[in-house]
Amino acid sequence: MEAGTPDLIKLEDLDAAAGALTGRKHVLSILVENRPGVLARIAGLFSRRGFNIDTLAVGPTEDPEISRITLTVDGAVHPIDQVTKQLHKLVNVIKIRDMEPGETIAREMALFKVSAPIESRAEIMQFAEIFRAKIVDVSRRSLTIEVTGSADKIEAFERMIRPHGLIEMVRTGEVAIARSKPDN
Amino acid sequence: MEALKAEGTQHIFGIPGGANLPIYDAVHDAEITHIQARHEQGAGHMAEGYAKASGRVGVAFATSGPGATNLVTPIADAIMDSVPTVFITGQVRTELIGTDGFQEADVNGITMPVVKHSLMVQDPRKIPEYVHSAFHIASTGRPGPVLVDVPQDLSRADIEYEPMTETPILPGYKPSTEGNIKQIRLAAKALANAQRPVIYAGGGVINANASDELRELCLSDNFPVTCTVMGLGGFPAPHDQWLGMLGMHGTRTANYSMDNADLIIAVGARFDDRITGKLSEFAPRAKFVHIDIDPAEISKNVPAHIPIVGDAKEVLPKLTKEYRAIKADRTRLDAWWDQIRAWRKEYPLGYEDSSDDEIKPQRMIQAMYAATEGDAIITSDVGQHQMWCAQYYDFDKPRRWINSGGLGTMGFGLPSAIGAKVACPDETVVCLAGDGSLIMTCQEFATAVRHDIPIKVFLMNNGYFGMVRQWQELFWDGRYSSVEMGPSPDWPKLAEAFGARGMMVDDKNEVEAAMREALATEGPVLLDVRVTKDENCYPMIPAGAAARDMVG
Repeated sequence: MEAGTPDLIKLEDLDAAAGALTGRKHVLSILVENRPGVLARIAGLFSRRGFNIDTLAVGPTEDPEISRITLTVDGAVHPIDQVTKQLHKLVNVIKIRDMEPGETIAREMALFKVSAPIESRAEIMQFAEIFRAKIVDVSRRSLTIEVTGSADKIEAFERMIRPHGLIEMVRTGEVAIARSKPDN
Repeated sequence: MEALKAEGTQHIFGIPGGANLPIYDAVHDAEITHIQARHEQGAGHMAEGYAKASGRVGVAFATSGPGATNLVTPIADAIMDSVPTVFITGQVRTELIGTDGFQEADVNGITMPVVKHSLMVQDPRKIPEYVHSAFHIASTGRPGPVLVDVPQDLSRADIEYEPMTETPILPGYKPSTEGNIKQIRLAAKALANAQRPVIYAGGGVINANASDELRELCLSDNFPVTCTVMGLGGFPAPHDQWLGMLGMHGTRTANYSMDNADLIIAVGARFDDRITGKLSEFAPRAKFVHIDIDPAEISKNVPAHIPIVGDAKEVLPKLTKEYRAIKADRTRLDAWWDQIRAWRKEYPLGYEDSSDDEIKPQRMIQAMYAATEGDAIITSDVGQHQMWCAQYYDFDKPRRWINSGGLGTMGFGLPSAIGAKVACPDETVVCLAGDGSLIMTCQEFATAVRHDIPIKVFLMNNGYFGMVRQWQELFWDGRYSSVEMGPSPDWPKLAEAFGARGMMVDDKNEVEAAMREALATEGPVLLDVRVTKDENCYPMIPAGAAARDMVG
């Protein structure tokens, strides 16, 4: 834009871009300094600003000084730019990436303990096979099944298995990584 | 201690205790003046007053447990008003942490929501680095409070101090200050196209020491300007282009101008609810340019059309330059000014003076302005007196108006006056106190007397928690509940009991003379000014109403 020319814009044409709700789930990949209390700062920030964390996963990275927090937030409820800007204010937060849905590989792991008497056991094992899940523990009454995949896949599996008697479910929360760009 | 000196610290406010004994032992030999407060809250507000008056980092010390928890209010106050402060607390010995040891409190955890950052010392060799980091974080970007918690055994360790010359390495902390030039250019063009612009400035202008730069922008054309309660003094009042303060107790002219504006330039202001009133009806015709050092403030409450992240001191001159280059037609604002002048004429600030010798509170502020000749640092408590002072005392310079705007901490006035006087010993420092507020921190008279800090306390004494009484009268059908102060102390005697001078005045014809006498008296003085008991502070926007629905 040229300096010193007054008549290139009209006030009516200005739009406010920020503060809008996106209406979708956002996966935030946050690099933080590996220091005591960092998770408490992030959790505290979310609670006092009234933001909800849907899932949360924390772990080390390739650099021992740095940890990664992957959390998912509902962009239909919270203005995501305000969430990320508040997170950026924390001194221990180094980098935040709002993962693009089309360019991200996101995975979650879940363990299901399902009631599995002899008569329904075969059917449950068949579901597991369809979902490429693994049976990791067996008892006379139950099966424990490990499922890895997108949150959608895990939720689909849960819906299939629930009528059989879901005893317990444990989910890790999503972790995500950006897809590599094509080489050429 | 060496690290504090290297940061240029000359004064520390605090109280010793078990867990910070080693720190206080070091105070003994340091060439730093320690002001011994009488309550840690007082020490914290002193550090704030010091920082607000001077722009330098204010430092307060407290011991572990109750000492540290008493600092929570000043820390919360400092985050709300972006005050550059460093709080250094003692902690129980490392091996006692987590055992509920004597005077143990998790001050790091307790203060986490209200600090800009906090550092827990785990290795004594890191103490200098942490202190330098604390000063760096407290004073750069959007300023704020930083806590450093030091376990007793670690503050005792003998460590070599090696001067740090470089900025501490903080990978997650890089405030951007310059402002995007394309956005600035766009803002200049928007200004040139605006028919009804208003410049709305907040405390960020004061913090950035950018009042000269703000004035340059305002005077680059005939732009109307208003300030928040935190921004007063950022633009020299009175002035032809000055609309008065805006917001809940702002002038009608300022609020109506915001309501009718087509373009609002917000500088270092955060669209707080005391400014906007009902958010959905706030400045409905306006587009917003929002200049702020803190990106999270932009579009937090009001979506910005042209966001500019940067330091007001750097951004404003660029905006002025871009605007001047356009050579916009000045006459386009004439119709807007006709409208503003009409409001000014129709709705001047005013009150009905008493027919006898009773002192109306507004008159007290006018007397204060006359007695100080407008040349003093005024600190304030929180309530009606604060708002009357913001309305009737014309602040023409920055850092002359020190009050608790965001948190609204009653009892802030006296200790912050002490801090301001320590920072600026050559300035006249007056604390405008409320009687409900002053009693919350009146023990600090002892500090003023002990260290011979000659502050003058002008007490607006109406026998009520006046602002609460006003709300009960207006919005709760006059059902007064616990707002009357009942038998208050005899204030002049109380001041004298502390060793200060006490005075009283209850005749409106004698107020100014009494104030002049207090100002001419050496040492700390309290002047008890008996004002109308049930005066209301007007005009006002009722909470949750729109600016155009102001009452009074």
